[in-house]
Amino acid sequence: MDYFLTEEQQMIKEIAAQIARERIRPVRAALDENEEFPWEIMKVLAQSDLFGLYIPEKYGGFGGGIFENCLAVEELGRACIGIATTFAASGLGAYPILLYGSEELKMKYLPQIASGKKLAAFGLTESGAGSDVSGIRTTAVKDGDYYVLNGTKQWITNGGEAEIYSVLAITDPKRGARGASFFVVEKGDPGFSFGKKEKKLGIRASATRELVFTDCRIPKDRLIGREGMGFIIAMKTFDKSRPGIGALGVGLAQGALDIAVEYARQRKQFGKPIISFQAIQHKLADMATLTEAARSLVYSIARYLDTEPKDFSKLSAMAKLFPADVAMKVTTEAVQVLGGYGYMKDYPVEKMMRDAKILQIYEGTNEIQRNIIAQELNKEYGRMKESFLG
Amino acid sequence: MHVVICIKQVPDTKNVRIDPKTNTLVRQGVESITNPFDLYAIEAALQLKDSTGAKTTVITMGPPQAEEALRQALSLGVDDAVLLSDRSFAGADTWATSRTLAEAVRKLEPVDLIVCGKQAIDGDTAQVGPEMATLLNLPCITYVRKLDLENGNESMRIERATDTGYEVLRVKLPAVLTVIREIGEPRIPGLRHKIRSKKQEIPVWGAADLGLEPEEVGLQGSFTQVVKVFSPPPRGERRLLSGSVEEMAKELVRILKSNNVPGF
Ligand SMILES: Cc1cc2nc3c(=O)[nH]c(=O)nc-3n(C[C@H](O)[C@H](O)[C@H](O)COP(=O)(O)OP(=O)(O)OC[C@H]3O[C@@H](n4cnc5c(N)ncnc54)[C@H](O)[C@@H]3O)c2cc1C
Repeated sequence: MDYFLTEEQQMIKEIAAQIARERIRPVRAALDENEEFPWEIMKVLAQSDLFGLYIPEKYGGFGGGIFENCLAVEELGRACIGIATTFAASGLGAYPILLYGSEELKMKYLPQIASGKKLAAFGLTESGAGSDVSGIRTTAVKDGDYYVLNGTKQWITNGGEAEIYSVLAITDPKRGARGASFFVVEKGDPGFSFGKKEKKLGIRASATRELVFTDCRIPKDRLIGREGMGFIIAMKTFDKSRPGIGALGVGLAQGALDIAVEYARQRKQFGKPIISFQAIQHKLADMATLTEAARSLVYSIARYLDTEPKDFSKLSAMAKLFPADVAMKVTTEAVQVLGGYGYMKDYPVEKMMRDAKILQIYEGTNEIQRNIIAQELNKEYGRMKESFLG
Repeated sequence: MHVVICIKQVPDTKNVRIDPKTNTLVRQGVESITNPFDLYAIEAALQLKDSTGAKTTVITMGPPQAEEALRQALSLGVDDAVLLSDRSFAGADTWATSRTLAEAVRKLEPVDLIVCGKQAIDGDTAQVGPEMATLLNLPCITYVRKLDLENGNESMRIERATDTGYEVLRVKLPAVLTVIREIGEPRIPGLRHKIRSKKQEIPVWGAADLGLEPEEVGLQGSFTQVVKVFSPPPRGERRLLSGSVEEMAKELVRILKSNNVPGF
């Protein structure tokens, strides 16, 4: 399939694919087993200029968009979405600054993130606030030239490893949806520490950790945007980042398909390669079709988002929802195609199936994506003059 | 600090065959690659660029398509490239090649360091580095596995692999080094360098640009000529056993016995 990539987009894909093939595949099983953070690979990604694909040149980036980033994420995800998540989460941490930060904040932090010298992270979730973001309890109280943060974030990707954190906290409990704000917190800020590191089903090379704020004092100019914009910034960030999760799903599904087809051609039972059985053929055909459909969806939505349209929450949710479900389905089927071998750690598909599950959970569960899509449909059709019932 | 890297484009030997009738390399359909050992030379130079901001220049002598190898080096981060290409360069042995490269290095002066791969996988002579050093009257250290600048970049501390271990040497710059794998894994291209590598102008220098006469280069300037290339005769019979492990083990023991292998 030819997606009419420009020469530069093709180069991005090639470089990411080379890193996946030569650097990630040989180590993915060990990093997963040992729950080891992929620092070596992060250095390679930095040296190859991939961290700043979506960041403007003015801030040290490549000046591309969501689509360029998706191309890189997909290729990395084809080898390991634990490592690719680590990479992508730095972008999630950068987006609030990129979208709403003051010129000073952008100049200070974006070049460090774009060059890969520092990783970023995004701190929103708390024990009582998952899908319902409004449940957050972390507070930020203004004190002269400072804000003082108190509270605990949980399950923050790149927690403890990143240097730059975009953190959501309540600045005015009385103002409800207008009462939260985003801040940049740096590793090493007084009163900022890290809690427990989670043990996980999948994406075990990625770090998922608590952020603990105990009278954490940060200069007041670390506020992103204005006070009260926190929830808006969170939603706009997700609108931009969700196709990236879709790209992880496309890469993962492709990676599982690659293995399933190759294996089915080699494995013989009843005197024939199992790919000669129609039951296996149909599985592979469905897996390939779903994967390509997910890719087409992610590519076209990512490209559209890069034209800076006004409302795109629905499309962005679709670009996460479908590939995440596809990745879960395709990796599960890949294990089935490999049978007992697929269930063993000797082949990568068992890890791929464990990894796939996260795509349906983080950056808004797939139920939440469906809620978003349905709410937008309701609004869209409510605005329409035409009736289709008659 | 200016580092010059000498590289060579070679046939991908994984796919090379020798025509049994003519005893020549069958080059048709064989892809060209950058000599794998030269990728370590590029890596060594780029490490110096990373640590000291050294300027790096890559050169190769070869036909016009050898430009590909130079562009690959640029995509990895090398600053500049020069292609040494001229009809009269054809048929050069290692001496004539070294002569040509040495003149190019002179033209690129000031040069503080020249790095080559330990050998090229097509000829396997490992001669060009040392010959070039001879022509340039520079010290030469081969099989370098580690290098560190010292004394304000006046000299280098070198680890040189030997059959039994390694030697530690100190060399004053400028010098010629040939490097081995231990120098560091070749890096992956950077996006910015890759984009630059497609567009960057690569000058082509011929014999006249280097001030060399036709009898000093190529076949005419060579002391040696390849008389014959041949593949060694196949080494005896090979058999692949098949069947279950038990069957194969039985068959193996039978073969060993029938060949009077001691102990069977
Ligand atoms: C590995 C990992 C990494 C993460 N990284 C980050 C990170 O970097 N930064 C960050 O801020 N957060 C991160 N998270 C948190 C993640 O975004 C949340 O887990 C997610 O949003 C879901 O919240 P929850 O787990 O509290 O589930 P809950 O919100 O408790 O949901 C439980 C179930 O109820 C369903 N549900 C909830 N509400 C509704 C509803 N209204 N309608 C229908 N169904 C509903 C959900 O879909 C789900 O199936 C991470 C989580 C994990 C597991």
